Amino acid sequence: MRLIFEKSSPGRRGVSLPELDVPFSAVLDEKYCRKEPACLPEVSELDAVRHFSNLSRMNFSVDTNFYPLGSCTMKYNPKFTEAAAAMDEFSSLHPLLPQLLGGGMLAQGALEVLYNTEHLLCEITGMDAFSTQPLAGAHGELTGVMLVSAYHKDKGRKRKYVIVPDSSHGTNPASASIAGYDVVVVPTGKDGFMDMERYKQVLSEDVAAVMLTCPDTLGFFNPGIKEITDLAHKAGALMYYDGANLNAVLGKCRPADMGFDIMHINLHKTFATPHGGGGPGSGPVGVRGELADFLPISRVVRRDDGTFALDYSRRKTIGYIAPFYGNFGVILKAYAYMLALGKDGLIQVSENAVLSANYCLARLKEHYLPAYAKERCMHECVLSASAQLGKGVHALDIAKYLIDKGFHPPTIYFPLIVKEAMMVEPTETESKEMLDTFIEAMIEASKLAGADPDALHSAPVSMPVKRLDETAAARQPDLRWQAKSK
Amino acid sequence: MNVPEDLLYTKDHEWARIEGDNAVIGITDFAQDSLGDITFIDLPKQGAELKQSEWCATVESVKAASDVYAPLSGQVVKVNSELAEHPELVNKSAYDKGWFAVIKISDMSQKGKLMSPAQYKEYTEGLSK
Amino acid sequence: MNYIPHTDSEKEQMLDAIGVKSVGELFEHILPELRPKSFDLPAGRSEFEVIEYLKSLGRKNSSHLTDFIGGGFYDHYIPSAVDALAGRSEFYTAYTPYQPECSQGWLQAIYEYQTVICELTGLDVSNASLYDGGTALYEAAMMAVRLTGRKKIIVDSGVNLIYRTMLYTYTSNLCVEFVETPVVHGQSCREDIYKHLDDKTAAVIVQNPNFFGAVDDFSDIVRQSHKSGALVIASVYPVSLGMLKTPAEMGVDIATGEGQSMGIPLSFGGPYLGFIAVKKEHMRQLPGRIAGATVDKDGKRGFVLTLQAREQHIRRERATSNICSNEALCALRALIYSSLLGKEGFRQLASMNYQKAEFAKKVLSKIKGVEVKRSSPTFNEFTVCLPINADEAVCRMIDKGFACGFPLGRFYKGLDNYLLVAVTEKRSREEIMRFANSLESVLCA
Repeated sequence: MRLIFEKSSPGRRGVSLPELDVPFSAVLDEKYCRKEPACLPEVSELDAVRHFSNLSRMNFSVDTNFYPLGSCTMKYNPKFTEAAAAMDEFSSLHPLLPQLLGGGMLAQGALEVLYNTEHLLCEITGMDAFSTQPLAGAHGELTGVMLVSAYHKDKGRKRKYVIVPDSSHGTNPASASIAGYDVVVVPTGKDGFMDMERYKQVLSEDVAAVMLTCPDTLGFFNPGIKEITDLAHKAGALMYYDGANLNAVLGKCRPADMGFDIMHINLHKTFATPHGGGGPGSGPVGVRGELADFLPISRVVRRDDGTFALDYSRRKTIGYIAPFYGNFGVILKAYAYMLALGKDGLIQVSENAVLSANYCLARLKEHYLPAYAKERCMHECVLSASAQLGKGVHALDIAKYLIDKGFHPPTIYFPLIVKEAMMVEPTETESKEMLDTFIEAMIEASKLAGADPDALHSAPVSMPVKRLDETAAARQPDLRWQAKSK
Repeated sequence: MNVPEDLLYTKDHEWARIEGDNAVIGITDFAQDSLGDITFIDLPKQGAELKQSEWCATVESVKAASDVYAPLSGQVVKVNSELAEHPELVNKSAYDKGWFAVIKISDMSQKGKLMSPAQYKEYTEGLSK
Repeated sequence: MNYIPHTDSEKEQMLDAIGVKSVGELFEHILPELRPKSFDLPAGRSEFEVIEYLKSLGRKNSSHLTDFIGGGFYDHYIPSAVDALAGRSEFYTAYTPYQPECSQGWLQAIYEYQTVICELTGLDVSNASLYDGGTALYEAAMMAVRLTGRKKIIVDSGVNLIYRTMLYTYTSNLCVEFVETPVVHGQSCREDIYKHLDDKTAAVIVQNPNFFGAVDDFSDIVRQSHKSGALVIASVYPVSLGMLKTPAEMGVDIATGEGQSMGIPLSFGGPYLGFIAVKKEHMRQLPGRIAGATVDKDGKRGFVLTLQAREQHIRRERATSNICSNEALCALRALIYSSLLGKEGFRQLASMNYQKAEFAKKVLSKIKGVEVKRSSPTFNEFTVCLPINADEAVCRMIDKGFACGFPLGRFYKGLDNYLLVAVTEKRSREEIMRFANSLESVLCA
């Protein structure tokens, strides 16, 4: 499809502004002005509506396609939460209002949403305090690692290392590293869990924290998790819980009860807010005990008279990590979702997410090698296309074939430690019929790998484009449209 | 796998061709093959002091970024500027047009730590098994 | 309501296929001692009940105030088509376009968004978005540290205090040294910046218009900084770029900013949109996703995420940033907004903001005891000095239905009587006049 810039016709307008109702009275000195107007598209409203409507139809999305993208929890996003976030009483509220003298009273409803959300998250995870400020999961991780650092500094300790397993999300080591720590990677043992011998060797008084996902990115719950957290605590290190996989354990176990000290939650995963083509997400960070002293400011507090206020007077705080109170619109949707589901609904989420993933694993394990030859998984299963590799078929080819069948492919080539990995996370909101048709397509792909590998190599054939040359894109980057005259 | 006889090798798949006081360095055919289509190479700056077995360059493909370590210590006297526009030269000609840099060797005795062509051949055959 | 479709008989069939008798068995490896000590949550409710409850909370917000408050976050008009188009669930229920063939709509939109950011700033390369203007500024500062190998950063105190505070939080363990330079007569103090510039300086950070609303041309600062081998980072307000000199025209190396003003509601602080644009030679140090054009097997144009080797999912602890999810949907809104306004509309929008603010200046300066600061030109926000404490004036104005501005004393010592007033295209002449009349009456009270 042509770019909106290529549809431009000089003089066209997509929206009109009101007539200027004040006298045209001043002219800004030329030296402060741009020489040429920005070369933005010149299109009618209908041009824009057609363009973006048609672009939208060139995407797979949860609302149009099964989207078993492992690690991303692409569950259904209930529509009423959109209606809630669109309410003018929230969407037009200026974030600086509560920072005016006595201004907290101007935003009582919004502050109550934040306060209640934090408290629901505390109960769900067992943590003592939450801050909704982090703007995405990785942002929550970075905030969490900064809390680790503030905590040790407060105790007068200098610690250099953060431990992560080799199966971790890339954001874990990246967050630790940009917060100033050296990263120590512990390999995964033959049983699919972190190698305990190696873990014990690297755990020392120099370790500030251990970052884990539980269940891990292989979709397994480590029954020895308590031993891991106990050992870390014995060494004076903190345990960080990457909440990306929280959907698997809602109501079944809580990070704090397992011995984790700090965590983040991806509201856009577990609590069903839409992923928006890459964001916005929201990554509230929760902590136990005295770590609450270090949480970013402002903190939302409830006063004795039942009103809510912002508190900035936290001596040990790490400071500001976001301009305001987090991605409020996203938090509001997650809050609405939690209220609608309630206690039993949330327990059913994890039970059905795990049921669906195990069903996929049970039916697919004869066709694709399960990671670490395990019979059971939690909310996602990692399969390998390594058996198909002998026929010259890669996980990528299977993924592209699935696209032709109308499925968004699973996450492929992650975790990095599984050869030809395909990570399937069906979520609790997909029906058995949908899972069955997906499983059939996966089985079909495996058969084709033997019978007609070229059919897989040439997929997809039903999309607006065929396979794209990613090497050329990276070698000669073309990252923007340029007007011809330039 | 091509392993020229006139070079020395490291276990991280770098090669060095000693030319008087200098060494030309690059990555091996084995390395370029396992990396796939190379899209970008972050080369050391001219004048930089490299230390044996420490970072000297990063090679990027579409889905990976791999560090390259200096086979010998020394100062960079020349870098292959062709690679900026044509990283694919490393795929096409790992030992010739795809060289990374020339360094002035600071400690000739480090040569002893490098593998001979025969040793490297045996080493890579072991890896492919 | 739990949105789970499985019937009891379907669950039975699934359990049979798995080879277990109950769902409970699937959780057996979570040992009893790890089971929740408590899970005391309210019972679920219907969507009608939840919406009614949230409406009741909404009514506790004073969202009806007429906004003359800005401070980097502005009440601009959002054309209906922005909501209609960005609200298409084929956009908002998709995720990061890892599989390009079934995500061409998103990838093309990101490529178009990148073009808009490049056009507005004049710079060569933009990424697919960052969280907000503050984190964008932090990412830019870290880029400068990596690019120069230096660790000292000069920050003009006209940069939004919120962003400065964020910078200091993020770098508190990184041995980055910050030097703040003062604002004199509303503008960046060259003398002080030059005094601190040296061969250890990674970057000079400025903002245009600055927090006081003052417009500047940083060309001289750029020339001087480049002589010391330092980069210049400018945080800019996109609507103002319909009119103001671009970062590229000033020679700025990295431009960042808050994109909220481009079709994104204020929404009590987020989700917003961080943007970042750089000169081409710096593109490999950019954080986050980037879309690029390429061709498919048949030579047809298509789009992919590119230069991914910079990112955390590949480079892990050596990545340029830890960012994964960004603000794509907000970037889409900014793209649609810019497309609807177009080349002429965007210019006109900026001009209207400027004219309305100039009109408001005139009207307010007629109030006895009110002094409009005129030491430097402004865009759509300006500083007035009141005869009383600005906090107090703001309180009184709320009773009149106005969020009349931001009291500068909250961020700057010694400016207790100063008020920062923003006037966007949404403020009518009548509202401006009422605003002035109300201010006059509360000052007399």
